[in-house]
Amino acid sequence: MSRISEAFTRARKERRAAFIAYVTAGDPTLDRTVEVVQALRRGGADLVELGIPCSDPIADGPSNQAAAERALASGTTPRGVLETVAAIRSRGEDIPIVLFTYANPVLAYGVEEFARDARAAGADGVLFTDVPVEELELFGPALGAAGLDVVPLAAPTSSRERIKTAARRGRGFLYLVSRAGVTGARADLAPELEASIRTARKLTKLPVAVGFGISTPRQVARVARLAHGVVVGSAIVDRIAVVGDSDRLAEVVQTFVAPLARACRP
Amino acid sequence: MKTGPDRRGYYGAYGGVFVPETLMAPLAELERAFVRARKDRTFGARLAELQATFAGRPTPLFRARRLSARLGGAQIWLKREDLCHTGSHKINNALGQALLARQMGKSRVIAETGAGQHGVAVATVAALLGLECRVYMGVEDMRRQRPNVDRMELMGAEVVPVDSGSRTLKDAINEALRDWVTNVRTTHYVLGSVLGPHPFPMIVREFQSVIGQEVFSQFRKQTRGLPDLVVACVGGGSNAAGIFSAFIAHERVRLVGVEAGGRGEGAGEHAARFAGGGSPGVLHGTYTWLLQDAHGQIQPTHSISAGMDYPAVGPEHAMWRDAGRVSYTKVSDAEALEAFRMLSETEGIIPALESAHAVAYAAQVAPAMPLKANILVNLSGRGDKDLEEVARVEGRAP
Repeated sequence: MSRISEAFTRARKERRAAFIAYVTAGDPTLDRTVEVVQALRRGGADLVELGIPCSDPIADGPSNQAAAERALASGTTPRGVLETVAAIRSRGEDIPIVLFTYANPVLAYGVEEFARDARAAGADGVLFTDVPVEELELFGPALGAAGLDVVPLAAPTSSRERIKTAARRGRGFLYLVSRAGVTGARADLAPELEASIRTARKLTKLPVAVGFGISTPRQVARVARLAHGVVVGSAIVDRIAVVGDSDRLAEVVQTFVAPLARACRP
Repeated sequence: MKTGPDRRGYYGAYGGVFVPETLMAPLAELERAFVRARKDRTFGARLAELQATFAGRPTPLFRARRLSARLGGAQIWLKREDLCHTGSHKINNALGQALLARQMGKSRVIAETGAGQHGVAVATVAALLGLECRVYMGVEDMRRQRPNVDRMELMGAEVVPVDSGSRTLKDAINEALRDWVTNVRTTHYVLGSVLGPHPFPMIVREFQSVIGQEVFSQFRKQTRGLPDLVVACVGGGSNAAGIFSAFIAHERVRLVGVEAGGRGEGAGEHAARFAGGGSPGVLHGTYTWLLQDAHGQIQPTHSISAGMDYPAVGPEHAMWRDAGRVSYTKVSDAEALEAFRMLSETEGIIPALESAHAVAYAAQVAPAMPLKANILVNLSGRGDKDLEEVARVEGRAP
């Protein structure tokens, strides 16, 4: 069983949802990213999504766009992100790490080489923001062969057929996008979210994790009752933006995510 | 040579659909609507009527006698897309897609714009058909194309300044895609070039192919033959795809696409993907030739013409390039400016700076060609919008 599946199994045994934290690698620097990932784990994260910064992040709202700009400005490259994953592992961290990326950085790296290096560094999975199942053939086989889980996505506009196909081709968990739109904190959850979580759970045996627009412990608690996992991203990214390249960063991140992680418990 | 994409939206190795999952359903809906419209006589008749009575089609084919005489070589012919309503070929696609939006029951259209020509075209058809309209435009482009911003606003469109990234066309497309993914149920995204995820390159090419169809028979009628060379500027590549489409099958007609050579060869100094160091990758939903660094990050671009200041090119052009059917070359800012002036002086036609790139290339090759040879240039737009920017670049205005 992969580290990702183990994390969901453990959470299920404890009768709670898994807490998944997203940060952009290299924001503010790759050295800080090592500390931030450790802080996320200490704060109660079960899994970390590590964003590879991209110059044209069409699926991201203002918070993650700004984070990508900061990360690129600090000289972050895909190779640097993989070296950072290795650095995290060398500190004995075994929290599952999913690389959250757009297609082009991986294509430029070379799909086979990326798969090999990501696995060797200690990454557990890859999630593409802009690769629907129609284009997965380009990436899926190489990543799968290297032992990486390719995490499938479903959206509010996805048909039942598409969700089934995506889930069948994917591994680890199904990432359900909570609402039509880009990443970023929202004041409220989409009204149809409850129904779409129920539908997704019926269509796949994979755990269903919900992300996009979830930012407060209250919102986390509501989604945690319905789904196997809850993703918070932009809210954490916004904290990192405020604190910046500081020795206080790890502590602030840990303190910020602790109540979010606790909200995953009933 | 095969034309059009395969079922998965690929032109040879290029094209496809690289978008967030949320957009897959509206893209499929759009493809269905387009396939239905193509077979629908009522749709075709409505589009033809608006092309004739609203857009001013057919546009004339003009023989540029004084320009040809000055160059002393091949005869130069201009397909006068600058005479379209709104001043460029962009209206062809905007009309077609706005009718599709209506057919899909969408009440709101959004668009990106670089030079402002596509934005103006969409704002115009939105006013014509009673659709709500929002146009995304980089702040840098808003500065250099102010008259077009005023025109869009006058026709009731909301122009949203885009202040991220390079603040030009690329970033306006990012923002339009983000709007679309958020408002998919009510909104149609009128993409302005043969770019983006399938089915956009196919749809835009189809609505622009009217240029090629018209000029093919106009040229036959006036010369009893085919041109030796067809030249078009290539930003995203829609006016080029529109005119080339009629000649692709006629192998003895040479086709040349002209990219923006800008002010130098270095990264950020030009927008020449084929002729200036690009390589294949994914941007804005399609696999095609891009200006990118070794890590797959998109590089900044420069062109004096906002409509060509873009780091990617339509996937069908990438296929034509690989097949050797179309050659791609570049023309610098300075050469385009010279052509801008020369066409204005010799023929009384002020070309858009985009189209001036095509005129510049024709002017370079015409003198070495025989007098009886014929060069057909797609004059994709008029240059009134560029007067202020040209004055600024030449130091005659702030």
